[in-house]
Amino acid sequence: MSSRSAPTASTTPTDDAPEQLGLVMRAVSLRHGNAAETVQALDNVDLTVRPGELAAVVGPSGAGKSSLLAVAGGLARPGHGTVTVAGQDMTVPSRRTRTELRRQHVGFVFQSGNLLPALTAADQLRLPLRLGPRSQRSGRDPLELLADVGMADKADRRPHQLSGGERQRVGIARALVTEPSVLLVDEPTAALDRARSHEIVRLLAHEARQRSVAVVMVTHDHDVLQYCDTVYEMVDGKLAASS
Amino acid sequence: MFLAIRELNFARLRFALMGAVIALIAVLMVMLSGLSVGLVRDGVSGLQNLPVTSFAFTHDVQRDSAFSRSVVDLSAVDEWASQPGVADAAPFGNTLVNTRTDRGTEIDLALFGVQSDSFLSPAVSQGERLGTADGIVVSPTALDAGLQLGDTVTIDRLGTRLRVVGVTEQQDTFGHVDVAYVPLAAWQAIKSGTAPGAALPQRAATEITAVAVRAAGGKSVDLAAGDTAAGTESLTLKEAYGASPGYTAETTTLQLIQGFLYAISALVAGAFFAVWAIQRKPEVAVLRALGASTGWVLRDALTQALVLLAAAVAIGVGVGLALGALITGSGIPFALSMPSISAAGVGLVVLGLVGAGAAVIRITSVDPATALGGNR
Repeated sequence: MSSRSAPTASTTPTDDAPEQLGLVMRAVSLRHGNAAETVQALDNVDLTVRPGELAAVVGPSGAGKSSLLAVAGGLARPGHGTVTVAGQDMTVPSRRTRTELRRQHVGFVFQSGNLLPALTAADQLRLPLRLGPRSQRSGRDPLELLADVGMADKADRRPHQLSGGERQRVGIARALVTEPSVLLVDEPTAALDRARSHEIVRLLAHEARQRSVAVVMVTHDHDVLQYCDTVYEMVDGKLAASS
Repeated sequence: MFLAIRELNFARLRFALMGAVIALIAVLMVMLSGLSVGLVRDGVSGLQNLPVTSFAFTHDVQRDSAFSRSVVDLSAVDEWASQPGVADAAPFGNTLVNTRTDRGTEIDLALFGVQSDSFLSPAVSQGERLGTADGIVVSPTALDAGLQLGDTVTIDRLGTRLRVVGVTEQQDTFGHVDVAYVPLAAWQAIKSGTAPGAALPQRAATEITAVAVRAAGGKSVDLAAGDTAAGTESLTLKEAYGASPGYTAETTTLQLIQGFLYAISALVAGAFFAVWAIQRKPEVAVLRALGASTGWVLRDALTQALVLLAAAVAIGVGVGLALGALITGSGIPFALSMPSISAAGVGLVVLGLVGAGAAVIRITSVDPATALGGNR
């Protein structure tokens, strides 16, 4: 496996317009720490995920998977390389601009859903629609989207009244409500049993294809990789296509 | 506001406990405000009700006890009356006495010696105005203390007898003692210790406590020039409040307590929201990752603090007003004044918000990347 990625069928994003609507990372490097002690979180990473594609990233703890998501979503700025989401540069220095780009083009699905305890399932979906200026508040109907993920009858429930799988379904719906170009999914099955894990990843694959969203899913769970279009392995900050 | 209101509703017990503390502080603030206004009224309402803009006391008088120490010659009145901008100048005498009615009721009086035909002679709500040599006009609060219209009071040790002929229109107290307006000549006799029937010493007949000065409407009086001409030392009416017995000490003490309460309110709100902000860090990281700007998160947190503080202060002020209504008229110097209570309420909210703001500002440093991985 090379130190640089060898993505399956999409290695030349500049030639391919649909790829530009998804996620494109080129020669991305990221270091954590200070001069005395540094960790190479990402090492010259290349990755392209097309709209409608579900790409999985597997690897041991500390390999840099979360850093990959952070850089892809504009939460962290790489030391080197380029990242574009829907053709927008996610490495601009302005944190405000990156936040705005994230709000418009990126959806995050966290471990265990990371839902806000005070909000009902419906309000979890209404929240992202209210984070931006009024003029930019557009997206899908929260109740309709909850119905799509099989949570219509639990719209009024708060996170502590939902099971792990239900929380994750709400988390996925929340990430999709703003109609993002890219969905970044962090260990969605970490707290779920096998059956629920398959259910959730099937749902992600279905939503990715149906809505033409480029999905990057970080996971430890090799059981669910069958639903993914492409699988990458990350070790010591290096990303490579998985055998 | 979207998240702030829902969090207030969701964690209502936690916020209710915090609100209860703020509400109790607000109750205390209303009570202190009532006491403060009541004490001021009890201490200087007699002066506040005088149609006077300044008093001219003895030159170099000790300011915090000017009314008890000052002795001014009557000739200074004419000097002041001739000063530019002065509408009226009249002699004013002041002394505190212990008296007893014929029915045996003991009552202390603050005698205000004034000329019956001067601008200082008070209007009355009952009885008649000053005119007879031994007639006095008392504050209505003296009636509450057991005095009655028509009563004759005898001044302890001196034996001078004065008859209550009238009652002023509003509370007139000085140094927490009921005011009795008395004709100037009678006051001079009492002040000099002249027994009833004895001749008033020549010197006593020319001595007064101060010259009461009223400036002409819209005009200012050059107090320094007047003092130079009359050999006096002037205090404006408000400055003269400080010469009322105990006034400065009482108001300073209450202001100090109120200041501490404001500080406590800010600290309590700050401490609560500091803990709240720390507990919310993971949620804030998620919010930021979802695309919430720093401004959005701060606005939401401050809105939450504002709603909590405003509601708690409103409840506290309501309870304080109800308690105050029970206390008013019970003998405790207490008076509810809406302007001062409103100012105190707004002060509590603003300072609480400052404390909360200083606490929640730390959420701006939350790294949204911590929402990823196993950080939560």
